[in-house]
Amino acid sequence: MSKFLSMLNSKVKLSSKIFDKDIEQRATRDGYGEGLVIAGDQNSNVVVLCADLTESTRSEAFSKKFPERFFEVGVAEQNLATIASGLGVSGKIPFISSYATFSPGRNWEQIRTTISYNDSNVKIAGAHAGISVGPDGATHQAIEDIATMRVMANMKVIVPCDAIEAKKATMAAAKIWGPVYLRFGREKMPVLTTEETPFTPGKAEIFWESAGKGSRKKNPQVAIIGCGSLVHYALLAAKELDEEGIGAYVVNCHTIKPLDEKTILEVAETCGAAVTVEEHQVLGGLGGAVAELLAKNLPVPMEFIGLQNIFGESGPPKDLIEKYGMGVKDIKAAVKKVLKRKK
Amino acid sequence: MELHEKKLQFLEEMSNKIRQDIIEMLVEAKSGHSAGPLGMADIFTALYFHILNHDPKNPGWPDRDRVVVSNGHICPVLYAALANAGYFPMEELFTLRKINSRLQGHPHRNSLPGLETTSGPLGSGISQAIGMALAARLDKKKSRVYCLTSDGEHEEGNTWEAIMFAGKQKSKLNNLTVIMDRNNIQIDGFTEEVMPLEPLREKYESFNWHVIEVGGHDIAAFISAVNEAKAIYEKPTVIIAHTVPGKGVSFMENRFEWHGKPPTPDEAKKALVELRTLGGQIKSEHQ
Repeated sequence: MSKFLSMLNSKVKLSSKIFDKDIEQRATRDGYGEGLVIAGDQNSNVVVLCADLTESTRSEAFSKKFPERFFEVGVAEQNLATIASGLGVSGKIPFISSYATFSPGRNWEQIRTTISYNDSNVKIAGAHAGISVGPDGATHQAIEDIATMRVMANMKVIVPCDAIEAKKATMAAAKIWGPVYLRFGREKMPVLTTEETPFTPGKAEIFWESAGKGSRKKNPQVAIIGCGSLVHYALLAAKELDEEGIGAYVVNCHTIKPLDEKTILEVAETCGAAVTVEEHQVLGGLGGAVAELLAKNLPVPMEFIGLQNIFGESGPPKDLIEKYGMGVKDIKAAVKKVLKRKK
Repeated sequence: MELHEKKLQFLEEMSNKIRQDIIEMLVEAKSGHSAGPLGMADIFTALYFHILNHDPKNPGWPDRDRVVVSNGHICPVLYAALANAGYFPMEELFTLRKINSRLQGHPHRNSLPGLETTSGPLGSGISQAIGMALAARLDKKKSRVYCLTSDGEHEEGNTWEAIMFAGKQKSKLNNLTVIMDRNNIQIDGFTEEVMPLEPLREKYESFNWHVIEVGGHDIAAFISAVNEAKAIYEKPTVIIAHTVPGKGVSFMENRFEWHGKPPTPDEAKKALVELRTLGGQIKSEHQ
């Protein structure tokens, strides 16, 4: 086993190919599609609604297997949310699927009033989230959705880091009472986890731990807390940092709300510095949630990787990630910056 | 259910009582909407005291008919109907809009027994009623879903998205009846001046709905319209109920200024005298 694999947390049983070029690549939306069919098999109250994006949101397999429990509402996201609200207060477990800029974008108020405040058992699946949507451009790149969903009382927010975790999150959402927002991406990306990797909503997992050479106690010097597609980038950054003698934790914080306060406070206390990593605005998303927690309980220097109060543009996904400051080198630079600020 | 003359008389007396309750609630609350609730008193009375298959002592009964009030601001009439039907104590009506009350300024489902949804922001009720009607179909239940909506709400895009969807489902949604309060007013003035809505009948028909028009203060005619809707198999039904906003209180009737304000104590006194004497038809309030 390479020395890097030994720095992965063995308890979470990650893929042994994490640092290999030929790691399996799948989109998180594919995991959603598989999770829907399993959830539909497990519970006949699961229903799915879609707004003219059945194939690309991966609702198609469910629609073919359970046609009587699938509703096509057309290009009408407000209707999508509100019909689901009525189903959700009538014993059904509706999943609504569209692109995240449209749902929960366009129908934000309907979600607030008729799902969240109304406490209807609706699961909102936002596909094509993040700048990695690519060529479609900024209109289709949801980069505010974690923030706009997180601020609603009653709402839970889950951002899976790969296709397997997306499947588990979808199945778990069907079993959680009340409104849940699930965030998925368009692009294929490395499958980091395995079927054996534990997934509990609200429980963050430490994926990586490396001891810093400079630190007396051999503790990691920085906690890198990420979610979604950029968890892989955080692991790649941690590997390169280790080669430079900087020890780090990488935490997969898939549930933004409710936040796993215990795990985040523990790693922040050990390290005394944190960097958050997300394909989202730096305002109000994972970084905001972590900052709120730390400011209140354990103020340590923080840096934020994400879109810096700016819209995206068209282009190849990987190039956009680099251009907008969310690449491996940017994560490393943020780590070095935050370490300088440490007392 | 058949409508005997005695029952009709009871319903007419009940709707008058509900109007008085509305005035008393609003003057106590010092804020809230007057015109819409008064205009819909006859229809709410017909629903809660004759049409609905419901059990006020068991509000969560799975087989109950559902009432979705899309235009949440008319909730004083909903609350008064629910209290008179026995869902919660009458004295609670006077907590409307006050702190720690279950009677929120706009209805909140989890706050009060008998509420099927949360509303206030307009245009979202018909689609929620569609969701409930689809759930009843999936569960093979005979429950019917009634959605109360305002005419002004037909300026919202969400309303037409819902109407389009229901027309597509056809007989699957024949358990859905929309009741439109066609009172011709909204906050900024008369609907046809703010934003022309007509021809409403033809619009609904072109979306594949069955349309019935009825006078909204003729309880017997409204009940037979609902019975007609129950008999229509092929499609959902909308009952366009032509109502007088502020009905029963002469100085409020047909005046959009009364959309969103409560009466002062003096105005309330005058309104109650009018209601108790049926607008001067009987001489003494105590007759």
